[in-house]
This record gives sequence, C-alpha cells and structure tokens, in this order.
Amino acid sequence: MAEFFAMGGYAAYVWPAYGLAALVMVGLLVATLKGLRGAETTLKVLEGSRPARRRPRHKDSKGQAAAPSAAEVSEG
Amino acid sequence: MTRKKRRLYMLGLALLGLGAATALTLTAFEDNIVFFFSPTQLQAQPVGDRNFRLGGLVEQGSVTKLPDGVTTRFVVTDTVNSVPVTYRGQLPDLFREGQGVVAEGRMASGVFQAREVLAKHDENYMPPEVADALKQAEHFKATAKTLKPSS
Amino acid sequence: MHRFANPARFQRLSAAILPWSAGATVILLIVGLYIALFSSPADYQQGNTVRIMYIHVPAAWMSLFVYVNMAIAAACGLVWKHPLADLFAKAAAPVGAGFTFICLVTGSLWGAPMWGTWWVWDARLTSVLILFFLYLGYMALVNAFDDPQRGMRAGNVLLLVGVVNVPIIKFSVEWWNTLHQPASVIRMGGPTIDPSMLVPLVVMALGFTTYFVTVVLLRLRSEIVQRKIQTLRLTEAQG
Repeated sequence: MAEFFAMGGYAAYVWPAYGLAALVMVGLLVATLKGLRGAETTLKVLEGSRPARRRPRHKDSKGQAAAPSAAEVSEG
Repeated sequence: MTRKKRRLYMLGLALLGLGAATALTLTAFEDNIVFFFSPTQLQAQPVGDRNFRLGGLVEQGSVTKLPDGVTTRFVVTDTVNSVPVTYRGQLPDLFREGQGVVAEGRMASGVFQAREVLAKHDENYMPPEVADALKQAEHFKATAKTLKPSS
Repeated sequence: MHRFANPARFQRLSAAILPWSAGATVILLIVGLYIALFSSPADYQQGNTVRIMYIHVPAAWMSLFVYVNMAIAAACGLVWKHPLADLFAKAAAPVGAGFTFICLVTGSLWGAPMWGTWWVWDARLTSVLILFFLYLGYMALVNAFDDPQRGMRAGNVLLLVGVVNVPIIKFSVEWWNTLHQPASVIRMGGPTIDPSMLVPLVVMALGFTTYFVTVVLLRLRSEIVQRKIQTLRLTEAQG
C-alpha cells in the first residue's frame, strides 16, 4: 500500500498530476451543470410570466389545429 | 459563383497565404527555434563566445566525477563528433552514459562549460522485463556474430 | 447538416445521447485509471513517473483534437453560416483550454524529475503554450462584443488564423531539435510503446473523448437555453 502511494519516490509528481486533472475536469463539469440548471430555471420563470401570449389551441377556418406556439416548440 | 462558394475560396486562399507566411517566418528564425546544436552542427558552424545549448548522447565510459565532489566531466557525442563538457552541480535522475543529454553553457578553450544539464530521453516506453530481454537479445546477437567461424 | 440546425431537434438528440456518453465516460475513466495506476508496469528508465503519461498524453491529444474541431466549426460558421457551428466552438473552448492546461502542468510535473527542469522554451512546449493562449484569446474575444454575432465572427477568424499552430505542434519534435522527445504512438513505423502501456493510454484517451462529448453537449444545451432567454427578454422589451 505504502509502496503504491510512494510511486517509487515520485509521489510528489504523480499524485498532483492526477489530482489536477481530476480538479479541472470535475470542476468544468460542475460549472457546466450549474450554468445549465440556472439557465433552465431562468427560462421557466420567464416563460411562466407570459401566460397571455400563448396561442389558443383551436381549429382554424381550414379545420386544422393551430400550429404550436414557439414556446411549445422550444420545450420539445 | 455563389456567395457561399466565394467565401469558401477566400477562406482557402487566406489559409494558404497564412501557411506560407508562417513557413517562411519559421525558416528565417530556424537558428533561434532550434533548441540545441549537435556536436557535428557545432563543428560545421562554431558559435563563438556566447551561451548556447549542446545536445547529443553521453559517450560511454566518459563520465568522471572530480575529487572536489561537485564537478563532473563527460563527453557529448552524436556518434560522428564529440565535445568534452564540465559541469558543477547535481545531475538529473536520468543522466547516465549512453543517454541523451542537453547542456547549456559556453565553449572555453575547447571544453564546453555547462551551467545547466538536462536529460533527454527517447520515445521508447517499455517495462523493465522487456528492456532486459532486449538487452539479452542484443548481447546474444553480438556474441553470436563474434562466434561466427571464418570460412 | 442543416437538419440539426433546429434547436428543438438538437435538444431531443442531445438528451438521447447524453446518458450514453456520460456512462461511457465513467466506465472508461474508471477502467483507465485502474490500469494506469495499478495494473500497468513502470517504465524501464522512467519508473513510476511514466504514469503521468496516462494523463499528459490524452490531454495533449484532446487539446489538439478540440481545437481542430473548433476550427472546422469556425469555417462552417464563416462559409455556410450554420447556426450550431458558432455555438459549438463557444461550447468547446473551455474544454479545450482545460485539457491544454492539464497537458502543460502535468508535462511540467513529468519534466521536473525526468529532464531536470520544469520548463524549457523548446518548439514543442512553446507552441503548446501558444495553443493555450489561443483558447483563452478566443474565449475573451467572443465575450468582448455586445453583439454576439460579431463576437462569434471575430472568434472564428482567430480560430482559423491559429490553426497553423496545430501542425507546428505536431511536427515540432521532428522539424527542430527539441528537448521533448519525438512521437511514440502516431508515427511512421508504428508505436514505440509497449502494449501494456499503450492500453491504458488509449483507454484514458477514449474516456477523455467521451467526457468532451458529454460536456460539450451540456454546454450546447445551455447555449440554446440562453438564446431562448435572450429572445424572450427582447420580445418582452418590445411587447
């Protein structure tokens, strides 16, 4: 066990290398997820505060259902 | 031609031009980009009295530590030419005979006085067992050669 | 290609791919780390410092791979004006910068005990440092403009100008005398690295690649949501 951690005397170089890589890669992933969650929440709030803009779903003169609104498409 | 095609051609031309400009610049600065000179390069074009780097292999059997305990003498060779070197200080872990080396310093009466010595290793990676097996095989080949009967 | 320009379609596609790329990343990295740290041998001359290679080299490969992808996206953005191309470059930049940073620092950690120095200004190290600055420059440039379109265009130009650095990095160790040794894997004549060491190298490289795919897809999703937010805010301000 101790031999493994000592890395033949080069522990001071090998472990920081792995540690830094882990830090950068995990850090970037966490920052990305945080950003995504935050943006999605903001979007929900913004869309929630515009109820009147949704086009009512009723058939038009040609007897076809109205096209989905932009907000509905973006939720797809 | 369409605007898209024209953009594509302009882009291609611009990249070509950039590549050419870079190639020319790099060739012009060749001497400064080269990290070190080999003994043969040094022989062909002596550097004079300024700092530069010398690179090559540590000649087998050339490493001697002086009695002061700090200075090391060795010879840098590229199998064609060689240069004697002296260095005061600690040598890197990988430094040994037959190994690649890059020394920084200047020439003084035919001897390269190094201020810094770096070990340069090659691109081969293998476990110790494989390295040993290779050495055995080479030794075997060498001895087999000498054992060949003269006909 | 323009089929994927539809944001809704992209959101659906990325949502389908993400669990797979994320899962593959976890598996590949766990297996890779196990082999790299435990079951692979030490090197005959470099000892256990060779284990740094299993981080350093995949990171180096990724730093180049990501940049090339970004440059292709930049060309697509400039020539075909594909909407996702610009966003891809913006999403990929931090990942590429991160890998380049890892490559530089782990390289120093490897060079200090083996070469005897933390840094030298040889052609390989210098050109990789320039690559790092290109990534940072790109990110700064894209964010410097009020108008995102102009920022993207400036960024795309920078990416294409800097692409000449990529072959320089790759061939620096062949063209000039450098301290950094020549290539061990991607070279004429095949790899000069023992299979027991090539395996963890490749596994880690694959894991880094699936990581890249995962993070870029997440960042792209985020960009698309940001765009929607901007559009909504704009229409609200007008309406």
